[in-house]
Amino acid sequence: MPGKASQPHSAEALDWPAAIHSALKSQRVRQVSYVPDAGHKRLIELCHADRSMTAVPLTTEEEGIGLAAGAWLGGERAALLMQSSGVGNCANALTLAATCGFPLLMLVTMRGEAGERNPWQVPMGQATPEALRLAGVRTLRLERAEEASAVANTAAKVAFEEQGAVALLISQQLIGVKSFEEKR
Amino acid sequence: MKALNRRAVVASLLERRDGLLVVAGLGAPAWDCAAAGDHPLTFPLWGAMGSAAMIGLGLALAQPKRRVLVVTGDGEMLMGLGSLATIGVRRPGNLSIVVLDNERYGETGMQKTHTAYGVDLAAVARACGFATARIIRRSAEVSDVRSGIYRSKGPLFFQVKVKADAVPLVLPPRDGAHLKHRFREALLGAQ
Repeated sequence: MPGKASQPHSAEALDWPAAIHSALKSQRVRQVSYVPDAGHKRLIELCHADRSMTAVPLTTEEEGIGLAAGAWLGGERAALLMQSSGVGNCANALTLAATCGFPLLMLVTMRGEAGERNPWQVPMGQATPEALRLAGVRTLRLERAEEASAVANTAAKVAFEEQGAVALLISQQLIGVKSFEEKR
Repeated sequence: MKALNRRAVVASLLERRDGLLVVAGLGAPAWDCAAAGDHPLTFPLWGAMGSAAMIGLGLALAQPKRRVLVVTGDGEMLMGLGSLATIGVRRPGNLSIVVLDNERYGETGMQKTHTAYGVDLAAVARACGFATARIIRRSAEVSDVRSGIYRSKGPLFFQVKVKADAVPLVLPPRDGAHLKHRFREALLGAQ
């Protein structure tokens, strides 16, 4: 669980996962696949509870690239939720976006940023923006809760109207830092 | 036991294909589907190894009234083994996977795949919750595969043991954007 202490009070006041969910809904996203992250906990729950969406738990993040391509072939829009460590798992599957021009909307919660307490999360977290760029995926940043709706809508438009591949990187500052001090 | 001819199996599954939507895994399965007749509602892969079954799942969820068939190889399926578990969660009734299992990586020098060492893909699919998961070895059983993919409640999984011999190369178009556009246009109409 994220450490509440490190979360700014504005994030508590503004339900940014609900804002992202509303943006996905208004952009007619029907398939939402994910490998869980604590930062995505609420958004995953909202997508499971939404009858207009099919939530698809994945065994590894690259599965979601294929799922999104199949959804688009069938006339539906998909989104893919993961944490930054999962970006590394997607490399070769991203060929689908690069060679076929499949729309791709990735929502990536960042680890390995300021305040990270698990050093094993740092290499992939730090490499995430560049790894995406090398694979041909545009990146957008979400830093503050009050921007969630606007930035998520922008990302969805890049994916589905421009038919591009885009990852919305959700700042670790927004999610909170995993403390490792709570009882599991 | 004499293994089946891959081209004959695929031809019999794809003749009179009605509205069947097909995803073909990279390598020989894509060539087999091309040999059966290039079709706008076949999406052949030239890369993204391990993705075929998941593309089939996304398509099956998006088009619940159409039958969806993934034709792929044992090597490609092994790379996406987790996708069988993911399909087992959603269990789309309109999805079938046919693995043409020659027990070899045919495009890279005929190295043995895990199935040559006894790994049982159909048993994996069964354990993941597929409604039907069988190994097919005899030509008389191919009609069961056909009736399954067109009519039975899925998800269905058929591991078809095929000969490892070389067959003539028949290539589908390789422009990914073209393959995507023509599939969507044939399925959804002009966008």
